Amino acid sequence: MNTFRLSYLRSLVAAFAFVTFALFATSVSAKEPIKIGFGMALTGGLAGGGKQSLVAMEMWADDINKKGGILGRPVKLIYYDDQTKASTVPGIYAKLLDVDKVDFVVSGYGTNLIAPAMPLVKQRDIIFMGLFGMDCNKKWKHDKYFQILPSGPDPAVDFSRAWFDTIMQLDPKPKSIAFIAADAEFARNLKGGAEVNAKRLGMKVTYNKNYKPGTPDFTPIIRAINATNPDVIYVAAYPPGATGITRAVSEVGTKAVAFGGGMVGLQYSGIMKGLGPKLNGILNYDFYVPEPNMNAYPGVVDLLKRYQKVSVARKVDTKGWYLVPWAYAYLQILGDAVNAVGKIDHDAIAKYMHATEFNTVVGKVKFGKNGEWVKGRTLTVQWQNIKKQNDLEQFAQAGIRKIMAPAAFATGKVKPFNSLR
Amino acid sequence: MFSFELLANAIVIGILLGGFYAALSIGLSISFGLLDIVNIAHPAFVIFGAFVCFICNSTYGLDPILAGIIFAPAFFLLGTLIYRIYYESFEKTGATALRGLAFFFGVMFIIEVFLIIYFGVDFQMVQAEYIDYKLSFGYVDIPFRMFVPFVIAMIMTLGLQYFSSKTFFGRAMQAVAQDSLALRLVAIDPAKIKRLAFGISLATCSVAGALFVIVMPIEPSVGRLYIGQVFAIVVLGGLGSQSGTLIAAMLLGLVETMITTFFGPSWAPAVAFSALILVLAFKPTGILGRVGDTRG
Repeated sequence: MNTFRLSYLRSLVAAFAFVTFALFATSVSAKEPIKIGFGMALTGGLAGGGKQSLVAMEMWADDINKKGGILGRPVKLIYYDDQTKASTVPGIYAKLLDVDKVDFVVSGYGTNLIAPAMPLVKQRDIIFMGLFGMDCNKKWKHDKYFQILPSGPDPAVDFSRAWFDTIMQLDPKPKSIAFIAADAEFARNLKGGAEVNAKRLGMKVTYNKNYKPGTPDFTPIIRAINATNPDVIYVAAYPPGATGITRAVSEVGTKAVAFGGGMVGLQYSGIMKGLGPKLNGILNYDFYVPEPNMNAYPGVVDLLKRYQKVSVARKVDTKGWYLVPWAYAYLQILGDAVNAVGKIDHDAIAKYMHATEFNTVVGKVKFGKNGEWVKGRTLTVQWQNIKKQNDLEQFAQAGIRKIMAPAAFATGKVKPFNSLR
Repeated sequence: MFSFELLANAIVIGILLGGFYAALSIGLSISFGLLDIVNIAHPAFVIFGAFVCFICNSTYGLDPILAGIIFAPAFFLLGTLIYRIYYESFEKTGATALRGLAFFFGVMFIIEVFLIIYFGVDFQMVQAEYIDYKLSFGYVDIPFRMFVPFVIAMIMTLGLQYFSSKTFFGRAMQAVAQDSLALRLVAIDPAKIKRLAFGISLATCSVAGALFVIVMPIEPSVGRLYIGQVFAIVVLGGLGSQSGTLIAAMLLGLVETMITTFFGPSWAPAVAFSALILVLAFKPTGILGRVGDTRG
């Protein structure tokens, strides 16, 4: 009897120990972070955008963790510097997936650094959130790719559609166009889309060339363009080129009635401050500007205020208008989708993301079949009324980057380029 | 679309651009051309100089060129220090070729990381009254943004040419490149000459950096785009020849601008470097290289 009791007691203790261990193990596992991995341009030519994106992403991670994380688990960001080199990207994503065992991968900033990750994410059949990729899914048709750049269903063409619709409001309507683009993936895609729009509107192309990155002086290009006498000039450029072209057109001048289009970098705080009144008249794309009609983006003002408190110390773009809302939003969408599905199941999450309209800091976002926005919301803005050189604060006021399109956000009417110079 | 207006402006801008290229390359013509040191970090030092000028301009309102000149002695000292490390680690032991190249690669990355940590990664620009002005002669325009760097580059290049051909120390620099053993025989320490020459090479980076940030915006890694260009100019000009470097830079600037104006900018680098190959095919020592110098 005693032996039986002892044996019974031992079994009970063992069972209790097992259950306690199992509960403990489950609880540890439940608190293991959800890992989101990415490469990001923290050095190199796109680091200006990459670093401000990273700050925004960390702000999102802090926010979501304060609310209890995703699926009750904290979120951890794992990232590596892609050095703005496409060649580093496949290795980074292989490491994230195979060594770091991340639960999700999202892209770094920019087309040139998203495209090299596409074969891998397609092969692994996993969700891939893109941050400002231009038509990266065209070739891969990956059904789990979702992209935050608000271009539209046909991204390359839709990106410049509003710009072309805006120039057609000028009187007389422009009939000819010159194209100049940087010799890089994003700029070439952008120019390709703009060419389609120009053809749609029956415009005659007078000049169509690419330039190499690192070109120090653009005055010969502007002169060559002027010699073909175009009504408008469409520029697809990265920050150094966009700056150089803006300076060159200030020095040489032009008779074109519209100038700009796809100039990346003019939205950066340092460049805006440096160029000052030279920006007047330029008609360019943008995504968020401090104009009153942009209150359709809930939470963005608060987000930018919080970002601007840390931006100086983090040595990133001080204002963060260009990328911060979008870098926050693409993780916000991923987090909302995983929470809604209730488990880490890439198929189910992708299905949910295709079917759902998300409420984000950049307003409502709905993805189409190719992972691009169902309806584009790229802004066309015209720089007006810039009076001071070397004064960043003037750009925080309404009326400097007036919105021409889409109509729902418009705060001004397009004026001929030279009338604002 | 040929016109004399386009041609005249292309020639003027080509010459101004050439002056700018000369400023970037002239220091390398000393370190690589005369001292045989493959200083691949040279453009990174130029960008370092550009950031120093930027901080002086944005914080204290100092003219960038003035800042570049003021900081040139500091760059000189930095150059002598770097050469001492290079000499003790590699040159003294005769392991200069590949290890020296790796050393300067390392220096380049250290500079870039330092700039990123200290200044951040944003594009930066300077302000100066003359940047926005231009001179017009008929239909030819001369933008001061290019003209001022051109003038400073000319002064710097011709000054260095005078220095290296007319002064005792300059001649000693030339002698190091030709026969360092003979230099020892006349009781001159070649390592000391090289140290000072490398210091001068880096001092030019301070001024070239000022010119760079006047011409275009800067970020820590932008110097990488110019590594090929500056080495090509030094080789084309003839190793160790400052006036050759100036001519080569002018040639490259002119060819690039002509091609950009009349055929399109994407052709410019290909045609410019084809010209380089062509010149070297007929004159392997470069435009003003010494006969018998086969390093080029």
